[in-house]
Amino acid sequence: MATVELKDVRKTYGGRVEAVKGVSIDIPDGAMCVLVGPSGCGKSTLLRMIAGLEEITSGTVSIGGEVVNTRGPAERDIAMVFQNYALYPHMKVYDNMAYGLRNRGMAKDEIDRRVREAAATLGLAELLERRPRELSGGQRQRVAMGRAIVRSPKAFLFDEPLSNLDAKLRGQMRIEIKNLQRALGVTSVYVTHDQVEAMTLADTLVVMNGGIAEQIDTPMAIYEKPASIFVAGFIGSPAMNLLAAHGAEQGKGLTLASGGAIKPRDLAAPEAGRQVLLGVRPEHLTLVSDSKNADIEMKVTAVETLGADTLAHGRPVAGDARGGELIARLPGSVRISEDDVLPLAIDAGAAHLFDAGTGKRI
Amino acid sequence: MADTTAPQSTAAVLGRREEGAMLGISRTSRYIAHAILILGVIVVAFPIYYTFVASTHSLQTILRPPLPLLPGDRFFDNYYQALFGGVGRIGGVSVDLLLFNTTVMALGIAVGKIIISVLSAFAIVFFRFPGRMFFFWVIFITLMLPVEVRILPTYKVMVDLGLIDTYTGLILPLMASATATLLFRQFFLTIPGELVEAARVDGAGPWRFFKDILLPLSKTNIAALFVIMFIYGWTQYLWPLLVTNRNDMNTIVIALRKMISFADADTQWHLVMVTSILAILPPIMVVLFMQRWFVKGLVETEK
Repeated sequence: MATVELKDVRKTYGGRVEAVKGVSIDIPDGAMCVLVGPSGCGKSTLLRMIAGLEEITSGTVSIGGEVVNTRGPAERDIAMVFQNYALYPHMKVYDNMAYGLRNRGMAKDEIDRRVREAAATLGLAELLERRPRELSGGQRQRVAMGRAIVRSPKAFLFDEPLSNLDAKLRGQMRIEIKNLQRALGVTSVYVTHDQVEAMTLADTLVVMNGGIAEQIDTPMAIYEKPASIFVAGFIGSPAMNLLAAHGAEQGKGLTLASGGAIKPRDLAAPEAGRQVLLGVRPEHLTLVSDSKNADIEMKVTAVETLGADTLAHGRPVAGDARGGELIARLPGSVRISEDDVLPLAIDAGAAHLFDAGTGKRI
Repeated sequence: MADTTAPQSTAAVLGRREEGAMLGISRTSRYIAHAILILGVIVVAFPIYYTFVASTHSLQTILRPPLPLLPGDRFFDNYYQALFGGVGRIGGVSVDLLLFNTTVMALGIAVGKIIISVLSAFAIVFFRFPGRMFFFWVIFITLMLPVEVRILPTYKVMVDLGLIDTYTGLILPLMASATATLLFRQFFLTIPGELVEAARVDGAGPWRFFKDILLPLSKTNIAALFVIMFIYGWTQYLWPLLVTNRNDMNTIVIALRKMISFADADTQWHLVMVTSILAILPPIMVVLFMQRWFVKGLVETEK
């Protein structure tokens, strides 16, 4: 068990393509750090640099207070769970888990004790004599976890471990991984592109985009105070609505491009005329009785009835939203249909302001 | 490993094959298919059967056509004579020494080829070193140079090295193989990168990875290649003919040739037939023994 620290880690391929552009993260002992971002954002590269599978162009990676830049993967005392499980197909489950320990020259009975203990924890005790191809996807995933656990490493590294499982199993394994990680208290770095996984698993969430860490914080802090338009759009489902607006003429308040004016209570109002984007999560758009009380009017283009909620997709009647689309999460009891014009109020207290030019939070 | 489908038992796979009838194959067409197969077997197997029949008759019976279609009564006499008596015909060398020579050569070629090609494919696929592609292409272009093409320079080299009439001289020039290297390269390229990385994280160095993971995964490939190369080595004619002068270094194929003299009457055909049968037995045994691995390799993909 140990801390994992990244200091200004960079990765350049062939001296030209910068995959990771200076990321610094401190992961406290026993914490679960999730790297999330769209494909190509450098999250996997970063993980592989921590693992030692990828060379570090500059910056330092420390595990347990020691800089491990020049050490090979086996000498970093980490264990990795791969996307396709990467089990040795010709070895029994038992040997798959024992292999790393044997390579370290551990005594036979100690190996046996550890493998059986891990197998019991993961519900694999009955399967130890099987080969990977005789296992289901979920079982293979557990074996891959077991291979990591038996080592009692300083850190677990997960590379999109659940992306090959079906939705139901994924949800189940997500909880299992979380419980297991808590129980073992091993510092973990988890890479995923799935923001639900990211939100539920993370102690520290790192949202990556284009090789940089856009925001590093707890999941709720990121959800409640996204640092940029990118984070706002990436975290939360459905994505946050972004409305073009500018600072109102007199005093506080905002003028929406659609014509309405609102006064965000807790937000520092931008100076008059400054172009901003107003970020409103779908759940912070509420249906009001008539257009007089509405901040914005939306013409519905599609309705998704989820039971508990109804998602209304549409376009602002006047002005524009980023991407032209607006989504409102309405109570499931609301009956709406396409082409309805909905008068919506914006919960100004829960709204976010971003600079239209830089995309940063104001 | 990439497959996420439910594991299938061997029986299930075979079961699906037997359901050929489901594809609309009628009873009649199945008979026709079998008739063609049987015809094919007869065409292939008859000469061998006839050789066996001839090996159980006396020389007089063989030389007086037509040759009977059923085995004769000289089985034990002929085989005893070929194995222990009839040494004069093949240069004073006993059949078992010839078989031994041929076995050494065939095994040497097969094992040597496999070792060299597995190792070179391992180097080319899993390591980055200067000139890697250069070496790959050098190996690749030797495909265009079969033994017959490079036989004179090779012979010269063997003479200079004093390897005439040695096992090394028989084996070495036939060992280098681009085909086997390419085959292993293609197979190694299909091994997922994650598996290699998992092994690295598990503390397996290159040698451990090779021994514990790569070789076990390649075993069906190795078995197939072994059979092909063993038979290739066993049936070599031109090279052993050139590189051996002494009769006790002959291979069985060369000896067979030497047993047949130009005058028909001088040739002890019954012994030639016995020797032929003895000559094809070891390759057959290799195929039968290795078949288990073949079938295994075909039925289950170990990846």
